[in-house]
Amino acid sequence: MSTGVHTVSPARLPGGGVVSRLACGVVQPILSRVVRRIAARHPSLFARLGPHQGTDFLIDPVDLPFALHLRPDPGALLFRAVPRDAVPQAGAVIRGRFLLLLELVDSEEDGDAAFFSRDLEVTGDTEAVVRLRNALDDVDGSIAEETAAMFGPPGRAVLARLRRAYTPEMERT
Amino acid sequence: MSLAELICPAGTPAALRTAVDAGADAVYCGFQDATNARNFPGLNFTPDELAEAVTYAHARGTKVLLALNTYPPAGKVDLWRQAADTGARLGVDAFIVADMGVADYIARTHPGVRLHLSVQAAASSPEAIRYYCEHFGVRRVVLPRILTIPEIRQIKREIPCEIETFIFGNHGLMVEGRCSLTNYLTGQSTNMDGVCSPASDVEYARHEDGSMSSQLAGFTIDRFGPEEKAGYPTICKGRYTAPHRPEGYYAFEEPVSLNLSRLLPELIDAGVHAFKIEGRQRSKSYVRGVVRAFRAAVDDIRAGREANMADLVALTEGQKQTQGAFETKKWR
Repeated sequence: MSTGVHTVSPARLPGGGVVSRLACGVVQPILSRVVRRIAARHPSLFARLGPHQGTDFLIDPVDLPFALHLRPDPGALLFRAVPRDAVPQAGAVIRGRFLLLLELVDSEEDGDAAFFSRDLEVTGDTEAVVRLRNALDDVDGSIAEETAAMFGPPGRAVLARLRRAYTPEMERT
Repeated sequence: MSLAELICPAGTPAALRTAVDAGADAVYCGFQDATNARNFPGLNFTPDELAEAVTYAHARGTKVLLALNTYPPAGKVDLWRQAADTGARLGVDAFIVADMGVADYIARTHPGVRLHLSVQAAASSPEAIRYYCEHFGVRRVVLPRILTIPEIRQIKREIPCEIETFIFGNHGLMVEGRCSLTNYLTGQSTNMDGVCSPASDVEYARHEDGSMSSQLAGFTIDRFGPEEKAGYPTICKGRYTAPHRPEGYYAFEEPVSLNLSRLLPELIDAGVHAFKIEGRQRSKSYVRGVVRAFRAAVDDIRAGREANMADLVALTEGQKQTQGAFETKKWR
C-alpha cells in the first residue's frame, strides 16, 4: 500500500519536532536571501518552469531535521524551512540526502542516475519536477558556490565542511 | 580510418556549452515543440537560444545539428517547415530528419544545408538508405541499433553516404519511428508529438515496504523492490505479469543502456563515420562525464593507443549496460 505522495519523512529522533522548529528558525533568513539572489541572477530559469511557477515543491533532505518548501513564482518567491510534522500540501516531493540534492542543483550529479540508483525519490507531479530539474540544469555555474559566496569566507568554509562531512572516506583520497 | 566524429546531446543551452567544452565534434538539439523526439517539459531551445548556441559552438569549431525528427500529422506541416527555415537562417550545420515530406522541403528550400537521416526513419537496409540519398540528398544515416558490426560493414559498402551509430545511452530496440505504446496509453504520440511517456502522465508511488511503483496514465508498468535499481517509466521497459509468467517479466526490453566503448575500434574499421551519444533529456553532469570519456577514448584510438575508458555504469539505466546487437543478436 502506498504511503501517499505528498508527504515527507517523519522526524527520526525523540524530540525531533522541537529540533526541527529550532533549525527552521536558524536557516530561514538565509533561505530567503539565497532564493532572492538566485532569482535575480538567473531570471531565465523561470521560463523553463512554464505553468509550474506556482507549484508547491517539498524538498525532503532525509538527513536534515527539516524539509524545504519552494514555490518558484517570480512574483512571489517562496523558499522556507518547514518542520517535518507541519509540512504544507505540495504538488511534488523530491527526496534524497542533502548533499545529493545540493549536487543535483549544481549538476555535479545526474538526476536520472540518482533516480536509477534509488538515491533520489520523486512523488507527486512528475512534470513539475522535470521542469524544475531542467530549469536548474540550464543555470551556468554553481548555485551552492554562489550561495556560499554570499556569506564570504565563513560561507565558503561551511560549504567545504559540508562536502567533506558527506564525502565517503575513500572518495576523499 | 573514418573521422570518428563525436556527436553529443544537448537539452539546454548550458548543456550545449558543456558538450562543446568537453570535446564534442558536433552537438544535436531541438526546438521547444513537437518537431523533435525529445519534446519534454522545460527542455530544448528557443530560436534566440539556438542562435547564441550556434555562435558559441562555431566559435570553437563545433557543429550544431538540429533535430527535426518527428513526423508531421497529415496536412499540418507548417511547424516543421518554419523550424527548418529558422534553423537554416541561424546557420545550423545539418538537419536530422525522419519524415520524407520534411526531407523534401529542406532539400528544395535549403539545399545548402546537410541532411542527416534520423534513427526515427528506421532505415536499416541499403535499399532504404539509398532511397533517401537519391531522392533527398541525405548525406548521413543514423543506423537503428539492431545491426551487428558485420552487417554495418556490408551496408557501408552499398550506400553512398556516411554512417552514424549510437554508442551510448538508450538501447532502443523498437522499430524506431513506429512505436505506438505511449500513444496507446496516453493519446500522445512519440512519433508526431515527440513525447515518449510524457511526464504529465507519469507518477511514482512509494510503498511502506520500501518498494516503488511507476505508473503511466494510471497503469502500473513496474514495481521496484527496496534495493532494486530503477529504469525509465516507459512501457517498453515495463515488467508485466502474464498467465505463463506470474512472477512478472520484461515483455519487450529491459532497463539497460547501450555502451559500445569496447567496440569503437571495430566500428571505425567497419566504416562508421560518427558516434552518437544519446541523452538530450539528461543533465549537464551526464553530458560532461560521457562526452569527456568518449572524447578521450576516440582520441586514443585515433592516435593508435588503446583506449582507456572511464567507467560509466553509474550513468546507465538500471545501472546495467550492454553491447546489444552490435556484439551479437543473441544478447538477451
